[in-house]
Amino acid sequence: MPLSDLFHYEFVQRALLAGVLIAAGSSLLGVFLVLRRLSLIGDGLAHVTFGSVAVVILLGISPAYVTLAVLPLVIVSSVVIMKLTHAQRIHGDAAIGVVSSFGIAAGIILISLSKGYNVDLLSYLFGNILTVTQMELMLSAMVFVLVAASVIWFYPDLFAITFDEELARTMGKKTEIINTVLFILTAIAAVLAMKIAGIMLVSAMLILPPLAAMQLSASFKKTILASLLFSILSVICGMLLAFGLNLPVGGTIVMLNIVLLLVVLGIQKLRAFTR
Amino acid sequence: MNAVDVNHLTFSYNGLEAISDISFSVRQGTYLGIAGPNGSGKSTLIKNILGILRPQRGTVSLFGRRLDWFHQWDRVGYLPQRIAALDHHFPATVEEIVLMGGVNPGRAGLAHVLESLKIAHLSRRLIGELSYGQQQRTMLARALINRPELLIFDEPTTALDPETRDIFYSLTRKINQENNTTVILVTHDTGIIGQYAQQLLYLDKRVIFFGTFEEFCRSQEMTGFFGMGSQHLICHQHDEKKEKPL
Repeated sequence: MPLSDLFHYEFVQRALLAGVLIAAGSSLLGVFLVLRRLSLIGDGLAHVTFGSVAVVILLGISPAYVTLAVLPLVIVSSVVIMKLTHAQRIHGDAAIGVVSSFGIAAGIILISLSKGYNVDLLSYLFGNILTVTQMELMLSAMVFVLVAASVIWFYPDLFAITFDEELARTMGKKTEIINTVLFILTAIAAVLAMKIAGIMLVSAMLILPPLAAMQLSASFKKTILASLLFSILSVICGMLLAFGLNLPVGGTIVMLNIVLLLVVLGIQKLRAFTR
Repeated sequence: MNAVDVNHLTFSYNGLEAISDISFSVRQGTYLGIAGPNGSGKSTLIKNILGILRPQRGTVSLFGRRLDWFHQWDRVGYLPQRIAALDHHFPATVEEIVLMGGVNPGRAGLAHVLESLKIAHLSRRLIGELSYGQQQRTMLARALINRPELLIFDEPTTALDPETRDIFYSLTRKINQENNTTVILVTHDTGIIGQYAQQLLYLDKRVIFFGTFEEFCRSQEMTGFFGMGSQHLICHQHDEKKEKPL
């Protein structure tokens, strides 16, 4: 079957659209997270998602509603990371580590209690974008609009806090409110990114496009736009490549992001060499 | 009217008192130098004045309003000791940083500040590509962009060479004298304060001295505290400054 025919199928269209929306939302948030050295929050939240999926499956909630059901648990965990990060004696990476370990440990214990459900859990570990439901597509669209609107609305505050949180406070910025919004949106994006790339690769969706964009950037706004562009490009090309070569979609999208980063780093090196 | 009022301020980190029972007021238009040895609580005091830390005991007021009720932060400019983001990777231009936080001084206002600090030609450059001195001028431009009535500098010249440092301090004096801007300068270098400030607050977890340089130089108590040699050196630098033109 020609590759273009695949896109006539409704589930493929849904997957492509959801993939683009989720990747775009994650890449917008990722710029702020990477620059604040919170890159690994995606990993931490993915591990919490793992534990939360185990809880939801153990409770016997239908697989169709798992994404929705894990959201509250992951949002709470994200806020806990934020609170721990601001505790005087805990650094951001350690705070992520605490919540991440808790998520994994809870997941492992719950898996052992729910014998027979391990297969379901494994599907979340590796993700499958082709199983995106209509409800999840709607949720992805809503989250993208929410993320984009928040970034536009709070842009001056987000920029100031990303540059220096203490300095932002002396400018009268409500840093706690902005941080809470950022961490909650990240939690929602992480849960949805699980659907594309799986729990194992959630942080890649948050980190790789911003990182590639930062190498080329000429300004902060251009970095955000480039990050958005890279994420969308990697989902579209990644899906085409995965279908063409019969590879797993999530892994191929992430691998393409890494290739993009390497290309951009190569261009930078070349530029520095020829200067 | 006072720009800053600090009353019986106490702050501790994990039970250890960093500053204790600090009280002083700064009249509008004054240039106040805050000095003290390392760990004397200078930065803690500044962070309490700016609302970065919340006073555990006592109160801070800016322009007559208690910090809890103070919202006119565009009247205050702050230049911190260190900026976490000032590394090679932060992808923001000088212009983006000066206009940080949604400030809108207009093209003319921006151009005026950048030109006065001689960084107009750098406006499109990334902050990480600049020298430390240029970064510091960018941060000063950010602090000045709103034409604040109160400017607070927390050891702003730690990594600057002596020549750039003198230019920087002369500029703070010029801003203070020409615009009647209140300046609070924190440094561990009492010699610098002697050259530029009108008033001195010497801190060592508590207030050791607060007053004018004339009072400081006459104080027998300070002769006992600093020793005659050190006190004379500070006072000599202050006297020299008075004869120096801007």
